[in-house]
Amino acid sequence: MVAVRPRRFIAPGAVVWLLVGAAYFLIPLIATFVFSMRHDATGKCCTLANYGTILHDPAFWKNIKTSFILSLETIAISLLLLVPTVYWVHLKVPRLRSVIGFLALVPFVVPPIILVVGLLDFYKGTPHWFYAEPYGFLVAAYVILAFPYVYFALDAGFRAIDVHTLTEAAHSLGASWPVTLVRVIVPNIKTAAMAGSFLTLAIVMGEFTIASLSAFHTFPIYIQQVNQDKLYAASAVSLLSFVITWAAMVALLFAGRGRQVQVGGAR
Amino acid sequence: MAYVELEELRRVFGTDVVALDGITISLEAGEFVSLLGPSGCGKTTALRLVAGFDRPTSGRVVVDGKDVTDVPPNRRDMGMVFQAYSLFPNLTAEKNVEFGLRVRGQPRAERRRRVRELLELVGLGHAAERYPHQLSGGMQQRVALARALAIEPRVLLLDEPLSALDAKVRVQLREEIRRIQLELGITTIYVTHDQEEALSISDRVAVMYRGRIEQIGTPAEMYGAPQTPFVAEFIGTMNRLPSTVAGEGWVEHGGTRLRVDAAAGREPGTRVLLLVRPETMELAPADGAAPVENALAGTIVTHTFLGAATRIRVDVGEGEITADVPTARAGQFAVGARVHASFPPATARVIELGEDAEAIVAAAQSDEG
Repeated sequence: MVAVRPRRFIAPGAVVWLLVGAAYFLIPLIATFVFSMRHDATGKCCTLANYGTILHDPAFWKNIKTSFILSLETIAISLLLLVPTVYWVHLKVPRLRSVIGFLALVPFVVPPIILVVGLLDFYKGTPHWFYAEPYGFLVAAYVILAFPYVYFALDAGFRAIDVHTLTEAAHSLGASWPVTLVRVIVPNIKTAAMAGSFLTLAIVMGEFTIASLSAFHTFPIYIQQVNQDKLYAASAVSLLSFVITWAAMVALLFAGRGRQVQVGGAR
Repeated sequence: MAYVELEELRRVFGTDVVALDGITISLEAGEFVSLLGPSGCGKTTALRLVAGFDRPTSGRVVVDGKDVTDVPPNRRDMGMVFQAYSLFPNLTAEKNVEFGLRVRGQPRAERRRRVRELLELVGLGHAAERYPHQLSGGMQQRVALARALAIEPRVLLLDEPLSALDAKVRVQLREEIRRIQLELGITTIYVTHDQEEALSISDRVAVMYRGRIEQIGTPAEMYGAPQTPFVAEFIGTMNRLPSTVAGEGWVEHGGTRLRVDAAAGREPGTRVLLLVRPETMELAPADGAAPVENALAGTIVTHTFLGAATRIRVDVGEGEITADVPTARAGQFAVGARVHASFPPATARVIELGEDAEAIVAAAQSDEG
């Protein structure tokens, strides 16, 4: 007898909600796109000249590159700091989880203006290559900003695996602590680490306040400058930044893609 | 000389939680010893001290004449299979088994050969490419066993490896574990709370209670000659009848004098626990025929079908006793019928009752109630 796979139907109610959700996200994007196609001088639709202007502006590429490097640097430092820390906390001092969870909320409650003033004061006197360069000072600030996103993503990832048993199994097979971390733990929290990385990328690519107050030129500063001079082109920049950020996320996803790890019991 | 020695191992958590209270066990090379006991008796703590995942408060672990108490777990050469599924979820069965060999830097060809050998040994040659989530619980534990054996450990440690599996797979896998252990001749320590499991596959069984070893011996010794009330209570089903020595080879229970060979040589008046296995009990209808020797009179309370035998509980006034009778004969003993429950004098055992033992018996009896 041939088994017949039942046909799957999507309930009409679900379709309606799906469309409402899609509309909520897509309408602003479509509106921005239509707006970005207005002629700079006449305000009439439709031309792609604004995109041409932006894509031929060297400042666009310079600033987007700066922000992208800042993102990667922030992601790398955050993961290097937090993966071993969260691993150790889960393994050896789980009672500290609530303390770190509380500390991770601090960047949410401290206004960016306070944060940047404090950081500028704190890092005063540090070497020029750090204090006066975006890849030094700004990254230090962004690691703090990204802390809650990376921490909570990693925390969820570590909670999804049996850290103790995996660690002890690796040790009983002769693995040292670094080998256990790199070959056993990291591959099994990769999805969580990727989630934290995406959030960090999105935050750094769009961060304005700290960069502006500390007088660095990043991509959001560029958007703001374009917005002041060219109204329609600013919409084009926004859309381009949106596309580029998503493309970067997809690239990150592919870069870190491996076989999907499924944690859990037996089949 | 013993191959593995646990010498006076003591582990205290905090200031006063004594998980292990000075246990000493010696294992010969190639021996299979089970640590058996209820939850919280210290058996897993003992195993973790041997594996090196925990340090003893005092005492030492000696393997092949060398003190390994302070050696970290990754340098002890001990393979371990855990209670929880412990396969690395990101690696296939094959890569899991290969892990320890890679860590040791073995050549690729040698690794591949060994992995194939071990997966065949545990009957999973066909599942090498599968990920843990694509394997059943039993298959995962087989891979875990192959992984632990791949590194050719000096000692194999198994921490309740079958407890998460269903009954049928458990029986099948425990027999396989024993087969493989005998085939490889590897010294093995097996932790379990399942007495049937321990008795069926071990060379020797150590029953643990409250951080101590109550008794250690062959399965036959543990079953046939329990030396403490706890072991009598824990291993198999046992009728425990608090009694008093009433002369050379006699005890008295609830006003009935019973002949017991093991009571010979004991001081009259000594409080003892009379131990009788249900399978040695004989039931006879108390229908006015000649009195049965060495018997307690009582009323049948329940029948429990066990397959070839039926377990019959008899209320003898001072408590209940259990008798296993062939199912074919069980029909003649209806619930409510009066019977005589007897046993051959040579089959019963006697343990002197101290204060502690009285408490254990009382606790066991109240549990039954």
